[in-house]
Amino acid sequence: MQRYFISKLGQSVLLLFGVLLLVFVMVRITGDPAALMMPREASPEDVEAFREAMGFNRPLPLQFVDFLSGAIVGDFGNSLHFKTPAMPMVLARLPATVQLAGVGLLMAIVVGIPLGLVGGFTPGSLVDSVGRGLALLGQSIPNFWLALIMILFFAVRLGWFPSFGRDYWNSVIMPAFVLGLPTMGQIVRLTRSAVLEIRGEDFIRTANSKGLEPGTIYTKHVLRNVAIPLVSVIGVQFGYMLGGSIYIETIFAWPGIGQLLEQSIGWRDFPLVQAIAIFTSLVVLAINLFTDVAYAVIDPRIRYDT
Amino acid sequence: MTTILQVENLVTRFYTLDGVVYAVNGVSFNLQKGETLAIVGESGSGKSVTMMSILGLIPIPPGKIESGEAGLLLDDPPRDLLRLSPPELRRVRGGRIGFVFQDPISSLNPVLTIGEQITESLTKHLGLSREKAKAQTIKLLGYVGISDPELRYKNYPHQFSGGMRQRVMIAIAIACSPEIVIADEPTTALDVTIQAQIVELFQRLQKEMGMAIIWITHDLGVVAGIADRVLVMYGGRVAEVALVDDLYELPQHPYTVGLLGALPRLDATDTKRLVSIQGTPPDLLVPLNHCPFAKRCEYAFERCRAEIPALRPVGAGHRVACFYDLQKGKPRHD
Repeated sequence: MQRYFISKLGQSVLLLFGVLLLVFVMVRITGDPAALMMPREASPEDVEAFREAMGFNRPLPLQFVDFLSGAIVGDFGNSLHFKTPAMPMVLARLPATVQLAGVGLLMAIVVGIPLGLVGGFTPGSLVDSVGRGLALLGQSIPNFWLALIMILFFAVRLGWFPSFGRDYWNSVIMPAFVLGLPTMGQIVRLTRSAVLEIRGEDFIRTANSKGLEPGTIYTKHVLRNVAIPLVSVIGVQFGYMLGGSIYIETIFAWPGIGQLLEQSIGWRDFPLVQAIAIFTSLVVLAINLFTDVAYAVIDPRIRYDT
Repeated sequence: MTTILQVENLVTRFYTLDGVVYAVNGVSFNLQKGETLAIVGESGSGKSVTMMSILGLIPIPPGKIESGEAGLLLDDPPRDLLRLSPPELRRVRGGRIGFVFQDPISSLNPVLTIGEQITESLTKHLGLSREKAKAQTIKLLGYVGISDPELRYKNYPHQFSGGMRQRVMIAIAIACSPEIVIADEPTTALDVTIQAQIVELFQRLQKEMGMAIIWITHDLGVVAGIADRVLVMYGGRVAEVALVDDLYELPQHPYTVGLLGALPRLDATDTKRLVSIQGTPPDLLVPLNHCPFAKRCEYAFERCRAEIPALRPVGAGHRVACFYDLQKGKPRHD
């Protein structure tokens, strides 16, 4: 278990280094980062001064060392737009994004897992058909479109929910629903297929041959095995939701990291974009690490083998 | 000799998308107290499905038990297993009849400790408390030859070797001292040396606990060593049933003869090719109105292609489903 955790931690650190390198190279791959970051109408003198100020005229390895040592203490430079350090601005937006992704994931889990379980235990039933239909819709409806339709219907026509912002307790419901819907679809399908697969396993036949009650077999023998693939998908999806809510946050004017990213791209605010990219990667890596640990807790084969 | 299980005319079919699979087509046999009955046949001959049907372990649907009886004569009055309610049947399974399956790797739940997988049977059937069930489980583990049973109790299946896992499966099967243990190819997935150990373990347990064993296999070598009687199945029917010595000495069914002829012999002095039975097993999707072996049988004549042979006695406890008399070299007369 310890070795497993340490190796996973090592992998995460290595990946984070890769992300840092990638972000560093991306800005410089087009040639002149100063030209990229400055407004198009800036004079050559201004660009030169900016280049000097940012240290872009120094050798690349030296720049990278600077970048790296800054990254370690959380310093990604000042936002060009706000002239204040970039990372604290990202952190200030974190609660809103976590709330959005958390509520969205919760909705997906609360609806998706029961639907998938019922579907897996009674394939072909009415609940199964409804669940599969919802899963298909959830995964195929473009959610920027759904977001607009929902605003039109539930906010403008019916007035049930606010159409934008994060000012009321129910502001989160529409964006979280839209964000969670594809995940809900995936959870339904995965749970259903996992239940179907586990039910056909030899060890379920063994459990039956022991004369156990069906309820015992489902809860004890099936569900724990179903949880294994489910945990990993939920982890991946949560990471995706935290990092991938850019257009949903923009449409609903949700003051989270996604909205900040959309704005900072518009402002050509590279230090801010970098800080967001690296921070989001860090969050995803942390969630993956947590998922790996949860995985090991559920599955003894992982816990003991490594 | 007391008959403890009497199966009559069992018919099981599977209704699949490809059509109806005629898996078991009227199988009858009995099991005596404390004996070992080997059920032999190639893949798809209906060996496993027969046993699963008796205990309601086939998936329904697509499976369906069309007709038959499976009398558990131990009970007074005898009960028909095929007509028990699901809760009654669950009390028989695991409690009165234990199972050992072929593949001990996939037959144990990977996320539960083996201790848990044995105790759940004890608490269900014997009504033991958790502590008592644990103590009993540790005793059982030692009994089937697992060293350090107290430590191993907490281990998971993947921490055991194949042979040890099969011992755990056997411990599950015998946990509630059943009268019958059904072993579905229990040695097929194991190394030869481990196979011998498992066979010995079964023999010791049978001697000490006195249960009857139904040993499903296609390994005729194991059969000769362990069985009292042998039931040969072909195409979902019984081809021949006999005491083990009679079967090896005087096989009466051409299929049995073919099976025995296909065995490699250690005492063969000249180099000969291994004989195999020509042709392929019958397509179970087609209902047959003739002997299922007729197409592969060198002795087949018109009647074999027109009628289904019934089991007929040809000696003490020896019955065969064949129209041809191998001893006399001509068709039998009814």
